[in-house]
Amino acid sequence: MAKTTYLMAIGEAMREEMERDPSVFILGEDVANNLYGSTSNFVEDFGKERVRNTPISEGAIAGAATGAAMAGMRPIADFNIAPFMYVAMDQIVSMTAKSTYIYGGQTKVPVVMRAVMLYGNGNAAQHSDRPYPTFMTVPGLKIIAPSSAYDVKGMLKSAIRDDDPVLCFEDGNCWFTAEDLPDEEYLVPLGVADVKREGTDVTVVGIAGAVPQALAAAELLAEEGVSVEVVDPRTLAPMDTDTILASVEKTGRLVVADPAHEVCSAASQIAAVVAEHGFWHLQAPIVRVTTPQIHIPFAPPLEAPLFPSSERIAAAVRSVLE
Amino acid sequence: MALSPEVLAEMYRRMLRIRLFEESAQALKTEGVIPGSIHLSIGQEAEIVGACMAVERRDYMLGNHRSHGHPIGKGAALAPLMAELLGRRTGVNQGKGGSMHLADFSVGSLGESSIVGSGIPVAAGAALAAQLRGEDRVCLCFFGDGASNEGMFHEGLNLAAIWHLPVIYLCENNGYGATTSAREVVAVTDIADRAAGYGIPGEIVDGQDVVAVHEVVTRAVERARRGEGPTLVEAKTYRYDNHAFGLHIENYRTTEEREQWLRRDPIPLLRDRLVADGVLSDDAAKTVEDEARAEVAAAVDFARTSPFPEPAEAFDHLFTVPLPARTAG
Repeated sequence: MAKTTYLMAIGEAMREEMERDPSVFILGEDVANNLYGSTSNFVEDFGKERVRNTPISEGAIAGAATGAAMAGMRPIADFNIAPFMYVAMDQIVSMTAKSTYIYGGQTKVPVVMRAVMLYGNGNAAQHSDRPYPTFMTVPGLKIIAPSSAYDVKGMLKSAIRDDDPVLCFEDGNCWFTAEDLPDEEYLVPLGVADVKREGTDVTVVGIAGAVPQALAAAELLAEEGVSVEVVDPRTLAPMDTDTILASVEKTGRLVVADPAHEVCSAASQIAAVVAEHGFWHLQAPIVRVTTPQIHIPFAPPLEAPLFPSSERIAAAVRSVLE
Repeated sequence: MALSPEVLAEMYRRMLRIRLFEESAQALKTEGVIPGSIHLSIGQEAEIVGACMAVERRDYMLGNHRSHGHPIGKGAALAPLMAELLGRRTGVNQGKGGSMHLADFSVGSLGESSIVGSGIPVAAGAALAAQLRGEDRVCLCFFGDGASNEGMFHEGLNLAAIWHLPVIYLCENNGYGATTSAREVVAVTDIADRAAGYGIPGEIVDGQDVVAVHEVVTRAVERARRGEGPTLVEAKTYRYDNHAFGLHIENYRTTEEREQWLRRDPIPLLRDRLVADGVLSDDAAKTVEDEARAEVAAAVDFARTSPFPEPAEAFDHLFTVPLPARTAG
């Protein structure tokens, strides 16, 4: 059986849900033309009505998806590259996130907003952001950042079926990681973290593309006799902090690896929650491995060291064991 | 097509409901029982009712910060609207939205947004849903002259135009965005001219004449139902109160201008016409007025005697399907 890549898994999730439910449709820039490879043959199979190329109008994409969702459809809005969501910020924050609440539950907003985070590839500052922490500050959004082909397929399917707005941040560095996926249909629930590797000495919480880096670090450290537990929250908002706290209770040490910028990152939130609710289990200070608070530079030697790598994560783990 | 006496009387009834609802809101705000800001529709009743009565209950509608009148125009019950203004649990939004989000989804509303212009692309989306399902529903989207300078106006109208979406974009041009004159900040004299940039019809109508508005919007609705796409309708109107009630800045408008518009107050304008045309006798008009007054008074009583929500209810409605509760965030 051929392995399924993360990118293929995204396409499979959307395809299966579009086959299952006629209210699901895709809109976004270049989606009909399969720009990144997640909508191969979608136009042929579903037609241009349900695979809709939009103008380069991110606000209108977000707003139209939100309006269609409020009117009973289940749109998947493809924002292409994650920083393009900034253009639609008002629509996402003021309309998508708030409509269920401000109307006292008179409406639901079952929309999925997808975007890929392309970082570490020389795309410079405006194309390389990992903006999920910005959206984590907004109540009313469910936010997922899957790190494996299995998770992205199962979570995206759950997101499409969910009655609330779900932002799906896909990690471009995971696009071509592949694994065997079940032949039968499966879902991965939102709001449930996953222990990707069990261990006893240190908990490493990884976010999105930092999860495979954390797993690589765990391999390295195993050779040094260090047992690392890797936890992937998978859903960043609302987050399954119970699984993280349980892991910290077991290991007594926490490293959080997050490709986002350091300030108010997902790692910051996790560190705060563990400091507040898991303090007495900690045997060492919490360490965050994040991207320093500078813009992403273009030249590869400038850019490459900035993100959480297996080496940086391993060094952080060693530091909390000192 | 001439409107029936019943429709004309209903127009008068709904316009009065709006006027009296707003006058009560003014009084309640002065009394201190309405929290936050209120933006009144007094002066704009004709364009609201003319447009709302050109669509059906099943049709979608979006409003803005100045939208007390829109649900009333579309036939919503008054009591839950008034209770919402007072922040009560029995309010249409259970106290979560207040004046600037006074949307009644049971009459087809999809919200009233207080971010200027933000409903415009959402309206396109609702119309898209109707189009995708093969329904002949349309979406009526209200916004002001100020919103026509927002980027969402451009993105939304372009999207609706390229996809031939069944939307009626109704620009309520009351001449001012807060205290700034549209003459200073809108590059064209008539906002309807902006329709040309999207290849769609742009119509100008006297917003103080409910029958004229109804006629123009009906034409736009028929066009939308035929699948011919959106229309931009500009209703020239005026708000008699300040931008927000209690915002005592009047240096941007002249007394003469206000008086000139007061001479075309849409309520007496319609009443005189209906009586002159023999559609309503003076007595029948008085009956409509008494009934509207009683309805609004009952709504005020309902609102005043309704309980506030409990503080814990602040946590309801964040999600339709909440995820499992956790220790923290």
